[in-house]
Amino acid sequence: MNPYIPEIGKPVPRADADAKARGAEKYAVDHYGENLVWAGVRRSGVAHGRIRLIDAAAALQLPGVIAVLTGRDVPGTNRQGIVHKDQPVLAADKVRHCGDAVALVLAEDRATLQKALSLINVEIDPLPGVFTVGEALHPGAPLVHEDHPQGNILLQAEIRAGDGQSALAGCDILLEETFHVPVQSHAFIETENGVAWQEEDGKVVLVVSTQAPFRDKWEISHALGLPLDRLRIIGPYLGGAFGGKDGATVQCFLVLAALHAGGRRVKMWWDREESFIAGYKRHAVRMDYRLGARADGTLQALHCRLYYDTGAYAHLGGEVMALGMEHAGGPYRIPHTLIEGWCVYTNNPIAGAMRGFGVAQVSFAFEGMMDLLAGKLGMDPLELRRKNALRRGDRNTAGVTMTQSTGIGDCLAAVQQHPLWQGRKAWKRGAGPFRKRGVGVAAVFNAMGYGRGLPDSALAKVELTTEGRICVYSGVSDMGQGNSTAFVQIAGQILCQEHTAIELVQPDTERTLPSGSAAASRTTYTYGNALIKACEELRRRLTGRAALMLLSDTLDDLELLPGRVRNLASGREIPLTALAAMMTPEDRICISQFLMPVVRDKLDTGKEFVIGFPHLLFSYAAHLVCIEVDELTGAIAVKAYLAATEAGRVINPQSFEQQVQGAIAQGIGYALSEEVLLKEGRIVNPDFATYIIPGTMDIPEMVSLAVEAYEPSGPYGMKGVGEVGMNGPLPAIAGALADACGINITRSPLTAERVLTTLQKQPETT
Amino acid sequence: MTIHFLLNGKKTTLDVSPDRRAVDVLREDCGLTGTKEGCGAGECGACTILVDGVSRLSCLMLAAQLAGREITTIEGVSNEDRLHPLQDAFIQHGAVQCGFCTPGMILSAASLLNLNPQPTRADIRAGLSGNLCRCTGYQKIIDAVEATARRGEETK
Repeated sequence: MNPYIPEIGKPVPRADADAKARGAEKYAVDHYGENLVWAGVRRSGVAHGRIRLIDAAAALQLPGVIAVLTGRDVPGTNRQGIVHKDQPVLAADKVRHCGDAVALVLAEDRATLQKALSLINVEIDPLPGVFTVGEALHPGAPLVHEDHPQGNILLQAEIRAGDGQSALAGCDILLEETFHVPVQSHAFIETENGVAWQEEDGKVVLVVSTQAPFRDKWEISHALGLPLDRLRIIGPYLGGAFGGKDGATVQCFLVLAALHAGGRRVKMWWDREESFIAGYKRHAVRMDYRLGARADGTLQALHCRLYYDTGAYAHLGGEVMALGMEHAGGPYRIPHTLIEGWCVYTNNPIAGAMRGFGVAQVSFAFEGMMDLLAGKLGMDPLELRRKNALRRGDRNTAGVTMTQSTGIGDCLAAVQQHPLWQGRKAWKRGAGPFRKRGVGVAAVFNAMGYGRGLPDSALAKVELTTEGRICVYSGVSDMGQGNSTAFVQIAGQILCQEHTAIELVQPDTERTLPSGSAAASRTTYTYGNALIKACEELRRRLTGRAALMLLSDTLDDLELLPGRVRNLASGREIPLTALAAMMTPEDRICISQFLMPVVRDKLDTGKEFVIGFPHLLFSYAAHLVCIEVDELTGAIAVKAYLAATEAGRVINPQSFEQQVQGAIAQGIGYALSEEVLLKEGRIVNPDFATYIIPGTMDIPEMVSLAVEAYEPSGPYGMKGVGEVGMNGPLPAIAGALADACGINITRSPLTAERVLTTLQKQPETT
Repeated sequence: MTIHFLLNGKKTTLDVSPDRRAVDVLREDCGLTGTKEGCGAGECGACTILVDGVSRLSCLMLAAQLAGREITTIEGVSNEDRLHPLQDAFIQHGAVQCGFCTPGMILSAASLLNLNPQPTRADIRAGLSGNLCRCTGYQKIIDAVEATARRGEETK
């Protein structure tokens, strides 16, 4: 392709697409090395129990086994966890879920590793377990963490606004319903992996598939007792993550293994089954809702109780629940709310961050309540949503004043005007025999950034290299969301350089600067804002230094152009290579920090949340789905999908659509087929033959409308768009099912079996 | 055992243990890490290669099954200066996000276009139904394959 200047607002092809399409991009998993050591862990296989014995004698006698390490061999605290340090690297005394690691093996090759893992004799005395929130909250229930002061409750919290639940009494209409959503798996295609080695000076280098390289460094240091300056983390492009690589996976194992490998490279690569068993998951939630409204459809009061099953360790469970609670009332005005939440330890797999962090769950409930209300009132479901949609200046259901761009009303209007909505009645009539068609809508939102109490910061670094090129040092991972391309566009826009002259360095704790995790729809917003400042400073420097060489007595005449600076008055130019040669190394590098703004409202609620509540910025979306239900099998086919999304201004239409379409696909999987099935804490479907993610035949043609609004705090007016699309499909499809067949299913996923069973229970109406 | 095969157009001889998987031999011994592994069980398609021009899953093949065959991996469909039309279309149409399924997806699409040079969108969906992608929702992938087929038609 001919060189072009990557600019803001253009559908610039992704900076990483060429290398990825050639198969040349090196993901963490593509790193091997001479004389490689393979490492793996033995999992407990028991959901709750006390370790009586770990005998590695037989494994150690196997030729090719280098070392077998247990919890006793972990040099530091042996505790990891993003907020609560409650998760052992290697369990020493007790196991709390089937995926707990009890021994780490280093071997010469993969076959020996597998054999050695099976030869370790692990004896665990089982303890009674808790496998549902109900069991865990029962008085006298077995404790997952005996030393946790609140027993099995990781976090209990409430958000109250207006008169709370007491206002329900005065409502014309009161609706009650309970909703259940299951555990979902991220199912990224590149499973958890990394390579580590110890250098001669004692430093350990780790190349790892991670969303948070800088936090990894702090976590490893804490768990293994290594000084920070002895660790270097390199985070290449990821083969998908979606929240599942935000937190410790292979990191501590690999660094510990490297300390016992005599300088050799050590590789760990979880297979798909291990990724299911030991990897993080989306929380299963039970949601009890009571919604009160006036007879004209105006929402008045909401009371909900949310029960998040966080599994064996805290990970980000409390923060996930906090975000769910903050969104529990939907993108609506409801003056009186009481939202209560319990985030509960169980002996199930660990739940943590996943795209739509706590919000995908409550979206099913609040939109389900809106459909019930529309049905009760005989109102158009889209009109009901428009009537109650949040506007800038309103307070949301957490009591926070909406001071920034708030485009849900415009999104709903865009859906209402679209032919798929306008022509829905005729389309529905076209269903064939034994088929029913339905159209559903959903209004959803998703907060951006870490929220109050934790600085959402990025440190951008940009350099004019000695070759006269621009190098952006990104400290925040690109797991596929495309933030790197946005960074190239920002540099291209401000510094007027062609795409072939802009280089990107992916996160490396020795070359890039801490910029937070690739999470919370924050990467382009936060790092982008920092990068704008750094690029503007570099631009000033380049023209300023060029003035000396071009003998210009004013900077006004100097223009930065591809590869050079020109004095427009004299026509004289200096190549950037010559400018770079004149500048000192520190003069060629600009660094700038940006901190995301936070809510300034003084709130007298949500005090249990130490971090992550409330949020200032939200992206919004209205979704429409057309489905066809096979009455003989109960199977739902999604025939068409429309998403109208407000995420500020769009800085790359192609990247924007990618995020919207991809989120819809994950949302369709969540709605129709994805459910991690558990039996006493054990996953019974840990593979893609039994845990079904959508394939090409399951996803319809999608239409994505950008409903642009200018967000003054965003880089070029943008907000994050990575997550919001995840929240719409489940409620929209549930609404379409009700529209098609008159059945309300409040437990997801909406599998053929569940639909058919419900249809058969339905009284004959024809 | 010693096996001889044609790998991306080059005569290749390897001394390998016959029970190793083809995907491991390609990635570890040949350094062709463009062939990915996502499930190890033939369910995701990330490890797709072309065997005598037809898409096959290298995680389900043993090294011995490479013998005597013409093997194409993602590294073999382009050279430094010139991309395969499918690669070009994947880039232009935004069909690449995390990119981990991309090599397998491109090779499956190449196999499909060999068999059916003018597929409909439904044909493309059916032809790629063995390749899982968790990022894109497939639409831009279908767009890219469709555009490649059209381009092929125009240049005839």
